[in-house]
Amino acid sequence: MLHTFVALVEDKPGVLTRVASLFRRLNINIISLTVGHSERSDVSRMTIVAEAAPGSGHRIKASLFKLENVLDVDDIGQLSCVTRELALIKVAATPQTRTPIFQLADVFRARVVDLAPESLMIEITGVCSKIEGLIQVLNEGDNRILEISRTGRMVMRRGQHTSRVLDAMRLSNSEEEPIIPVTAASGDADGLELFSGDPNHPL
Amino acid sequence: MSEAPPSKASPPTRLTGAEIVWAILEGEGVRDVFGYPGGAILPVYDALRKYPIRHTLVRHEQSAAHAADGYARASGKVGVVIATSGPGATNLVTGIATAMMDSVPMVCITGQVSSKVLGTDAFQEVDITGITLPITKHNYVVTRAQDIAPILREAFLIARSGRPGPVLVDITKDAQQGTADFDFAAAAPTPHRPHPMLSAEHDALAEATQLILSAKRPIILAGHGIMESNAMDQIRTLAERLQIPVASTLLGLGAFPASHELCLGMMGMHGEAWVNQAIQQSDLLIACGMRFDDRVTGILTSYAPNAKKIHIEIDPAEINKNVKVDVPLIGDLREILETILPQIAPRKDSTWIRAVNALKGDAAVRDIKNLPDLGHLYAAHVIHDLWRATDGKAIVVTDVGQHQMWEAQYYKHESPRTLITSGGLGTMGFALPAAIGAKIACPEKEVWVIAGDGGFQMTSAELSTVVQEHLDIRIAVINNGFLGMVRQWQEFIYEGNYACVSILSPDFVKLAAAHGITGATVHKRSEVLPAVEAARSHSGPFLVNFLVEKEDAVYPMIAPGSALDEMIRRPSNGHTPLLETSEEP
Repeated sequence: MLHTFVALVEDKPGVLTRVASLFRRLNINIISLTVGHSERSDVSRMTIVAEAAPGSGHRIKASLFKLENVLDVDDIGQLSCVTRELALIKVAATPQTRTPIFQLADVFRARVVDLAPESLMIEITGVCSKIEGLIQVLNEGDNRILEISRTGRMVMRRGQHTSRVLDAMRLSNSEEEPIIPVTAASGDADGLELFSGDPNHPL
Repeated sequence: MSEAPPSKASPPTRLTGAEIVWAILEGEGVRDVFGYPGGAILPVYDALRKYPIRHTLVRHEQSAAHAADGYARASGKVGVVIATSGPGATNLVTGIATAMMDSVPMVCITGQVSSKVLGTDAFQEVDITGITLPITKHNYVVTRAQDIAPILREAFLIARSGRPGPVLVDITKDAQQGTADFDFAAAAPTPHRPHPMLSAEHDALAEATQLILSAKRPIILAGHGIMESNAMDQIRTLAERLQIPVASTLLGLGAFPASHELCLGMMGMHGEAWVNQAIQQSDLLIACGMRFDDRVTGILTSYAPNAKKIHIEIDPAEINKNVKVDVPLIGDLREILETILPQIAPRKDSTWIRAVNALKGDAAVRDIKNLPDLGHLYAAHVIHDLWRATDGKAIVVTDVGQHQMWEAQYYKHESPRTLITSGGLGTMGFALPAAIGAKIACPEKEVWVIAGDGGFQMTSAELSTVVQEHLDIRIAVINNGFLGMVRQWQEFIYEGNYACVSILSPDFVKLAAAHGITGATVHKRSEVLPAVEAARSHSGPFLVNFLVEKEDAVYPMIAPGSALDEMIRRPSNGHTPLLETSEEP
């Protein structure tokens, strides 16, 4: 089954190798791994999706904790969370064949972000199934997909939940760490979608 | 010649990176290090003369790592090893992996090429942090002098905290040559990050206590963690209060006195058959600081089928790894036992311990002291006599193989840290260098090496180190002309096809003599005790070459893939001398 872990890690060289190497040692295939800044300037946030045996979540989480650079780990499991992925899809299209692709993009609330004489590029954000849906209908038409780049999944638990470890670190630090200002979200209607089902479900 | 070493209390002093390395070691209480110099670590070696630290020069870096490991196991302190870049660093790998598998606190300092040429395949450059990533608890590359102090202090903290393990710090040559302000106190690491999985929850503690109180046939499984957590007294109290027998892992031997009436000795692949039977019949296993290694459990599907399992362990990643447990208690063993013990009132019910003792039958008691001398010399004789002669009080450092298992069976350890052996990785060549570390850690203790003729040859160059460092180490080579344990497996499992296990050895006594070490060769049982006594009364190192029966096997044995109570027993035909005899009338 698919397991999803959120790991808060120190923003230092080599940390990604340590995390990836752990999955290699456990002989677990990583489906996707995304890394980026978190709300703290010295902490990166990883979302790791991996295919592993149903009962293995605890051990993977505990093994991640053994890495000195890992500050906190959340095994998302069946918890209520928002899952998002972003994809860029380049499709071969001439001025004559563009219109149906525009219409498809509209249906999927995707955006056309680049237009060239021979091709166009679509940006789509959402749960995996939505991205796969767009790719499928593009393939089912007469379109030729030239390139796909997907970010892999990011997840965030719904509600008040925050990292207990980071909270504790914040309290123990006399100087408050600067919180990186978060720019306002782009008003994506998907953000309001209630997703309370199984996050491991491919949809 | 040089200025006095800076006091750790003084205000910031300007030091070179190399000096900072030693100043940190001194501040962390390190008195002994093991190593081998080379180009990229030269600045550190140059600064050694200013600091009151003893450096032991080995003959191969692997031995430096084993020596630091033996030092740590014998003393409970962090072992420190120093090597140069490239081959010096890669030679440490086996020693680091050995320490990792057995949770031994160690700090490994390697030199590295200058940061300006890092990543260019410079002379003697190797990516040692990449290589050691999976076999260290953590590792670092340091490229600036000012980073050495905080990183080294953090390395010591990580090595000794939680489940201990080796930490490697790779320091570039320019970082050693650069200078920085040094302030020991200011370089203190921030307290260890909070670990939300490290808490034995109240409900689990209550449940465990209830299970312990209601069990009819409980057994304590004593592991290495008892020593790491210093919980010997608590284990003994728990065992005595409820008359719970104590079975031990290989690395747990010594945590509970062997002469204690509740001590069952070693369990598992080469444990006594009745000990494994008792585990299979138990209704509660209290696993303390052990990890249910495959050598301990046999096949998992039939392991202790009727027993509830309580697992007290500091590493959450060990919970349910091999054996599904009913109550995990994650945290420091001693603290957890101290929470539980007040709820445990003494109870004098000896039904279970009497039932366990009855399992021994007449094939169990390994009392061989009155056996007639039939002319054959068996390793069991040697180790049994060694135990008697040393009164069970020596530090015994073993290599890996048959002699290691015979040691575990016949040398009865009364106190912790007296058996030093590579359990998890099973590293041949471990014994002699680890004994060097153990003797330097405990100069007042009698230290014996027990090694096979195969493993001993892997690191026998360290005889030179023993002499150069004036170490009073006694060496027993159990010489059967075979790689004995491999031969035994080939005999039992590969239809006697002895592939590449017959091994020629030099005359070990002459080899010792070439190093200036006195030695003796023993062929007969009657010569064992005199030779052991000669070694013990000799001032200086001594080697005894015991020429033992060539094709003896370690019994009993659980074949791979078998259940814990399906053991291969010693065949009782007339040709094999009875090593397992009934108790004296």
